[in-house]
Amino acid sequence: MGEKVFMQGNQAMAESAIRAGCKLFFGYPITPSSEVPEYYAKAMKDRPEENIMFVQAETEVAAFNMVAGAVSTGHRAMTATAGPGFDLGQEAMSFMSAADLPAVVVEVQRPGPGDGEILAAQGDYFSAVKGGGHGDYNNLVLAPYSVQEMCELMQESFELAEKYCNPVVLLTDATLAKMRESVVIPDYKELPKPEDITNSLTGKKGREAHKVATCGDGAVQWEEFNLRLQAKYKRIAENEVRYEAKNMDDADIILVAYGSMARVCESAMKMAREEGIKVGMIRPISLWPFPDVAFEGITGKKFLVVELSAGQMVQDVKLAVENKRDVTFFGKLGGTTPSPKVVLEQIKKLV
Amino acid sequence: MKTIYEKPQVFTDAITTYCGGCGHGIVGKLIAELIDELKLQENGILVWPIGCSCLSDRYYDMDNFMALHGRAPASATGIKRADPSKFVLCYQGDGDMVSEGMAEIMHAAIRSEKFSVIFINNAIYGMTGGQMAPTTMLGQVASTAPYGRETLNSGYPVQMAELMATMPGVVYSERVTVTSPANVAKCKKALKKAFELQLEGKGLSFVEVLSPCPTGWKMAATKSLDYIDEVLTQVYPLGVKKDASKEEN
Repeated sequence: MGEKVFMQGNQAMAESAIRAGCKLFFGYPITPSSEVPEYYAKAMKDRPEENIMFVQAETEVAAFNMVAGAVSTGHRAMTATAGPGFDLGQEAMSFMSAADLPAVVVEVQRPGPGDGEILAAQGDYFSAVKGGGHGDYNNLVLAPYSVQEMCELMQESFELAEKYCNPVVLLTDATLAKMRESVVIPDYKELPKPEDITNSLTGKKGREAHKVATCGDGAVQWEEFNLRLQAKYKRIAENEVRYEAKNMDDADIILVAYGSMARVCESAMKMAREEGIKVGMIRPISLWPFPDVAFEGITGKKFLVVELSAGQMVQDVKLAVENKRDVTFFGKLGGTTPSPKVVLEQIKKLV
Repeated sequence: MKTIYEKPQVFTDAITTYCGGCGHGIVGKLIAELIDELKLQENGILVWPIGCSCLSDRYYDMDNFMALHGRAPASATGIKRADPSKFVLCYQGDGDMVSEGMAEIMHAAIRSEKFSVIFINNAIYGMTGGQMAPTTMLGQVASTAPYGRETLNSGYPVQMAELMATMPGVVYSERVTVTSPANVAKCKKALKKAFELQLEGKGLSFVEVLSPCPTGWKMAATKSLDYIDEVLTQVYPLGVKKDASKEEN
């Protein structure tokens, strides 16, 4: 076990990534993610024995493409950004998924659209979960709701990226990134050798040449290429669904929330139960693949989906439930987070 | 019997997609010869652009990375930083480097990345059908400059070799061409110098090659060579623009 510390979300996550063997960080500073590059920049100098490499890229466009290059060599690498930077990385996300590159990208959500604000939000669900870039591809998207879970999913992100040869997005938000919590930092991990990573570019000595290429060569070849990718996404969808369900057995109303909003909803659920309202909760942890299975077979109950957005994940909930008329949405825009009391008021409207 | 010429060993049997009279193939062969001569095949990674050379991964039997349009220097940065022991070659055309990827090449130079860059300047977008590039000459006709490039609308040709020479992070910058056997020999010498500087761990080494594009220029192949020698070199003079390898540290 690693040691227990009181640490900020971004910093704890960066330490967790280093311990997962991610010694390469390429990033462009953007609030509320900047503590991650700052942490790496300091670690590179303070911990020379760990061979940490931090490069401040000129743009997120470059940062994402640097990550693509770095992970192609079989080494773990990542970047961290916020919505506007994630936008700039979309071309590379599409490329990395097509090229089977195991990149890890942290997206700390803040309110958009446009230049936006630097508070908390969940309005980048679509761009992360639906794949904001071109073509038919999917990111594996994980959404932690505590600093502890951020640290654990950070480590798992690298393993999943390598297992499926696909980018993983760790989708957090400004609240999780900036808050300090008591957290057990995971231990250092034993790493696979760069040569053992699928198709890694390590020089062709003693083997066939490897290539990272996503250029099509006619409709037949390109359809085959796409079908192979679709088979990859299917494997992920079949094996990597994660969610947490609480108080479901007797619930009349089921809250659905992820990330920091799920923390608030947990408190609202407790307050409601204290008042005798039977409330349960589904917390999707993998946003893609979305945990449809958590909703299967549930009838005669009401779902209240709460997001810091105008309603994005609610669309996936409506696709997953038996009867979409059971689904109600409550969202908050602008950067503030509704209190448990405010959520409780919304619950009472459904009673 | 004495062998006087052989296909470079690193070449596969794939046939290139280059048009007749194109300069890419000449430079591609020089790269292959140098990979053999400097024994880079097993320890090198080639980073290719989007453009006429975007199928080059088929031509070289070694590890290849086909980058996104303009992003080759960023991906090459990631590769070289992840594994500095590798020889990394970044190959780009003028649309890729000077238009789509100007930020990436400039910042690779600013950071003094330790890889080599070959820049194929044919003053036009070859692959996509002869559109205007930032390197297109004033007055030169292109499909997106049907009456010739005008400064009022499209500004001026970009001199990359000179621009790179101004950057402290660039250790070597030279402009060459492939219009004659003598020029091809000079081109090979420049490439060799650039590769060796990388192997010595020096900063970014840059070679710009003025390359004929008879198809894009709608010009006979032999006339294209004259066009480089007589017209292009007026705006893009040949020669070494910077050689910091001779300077004391």
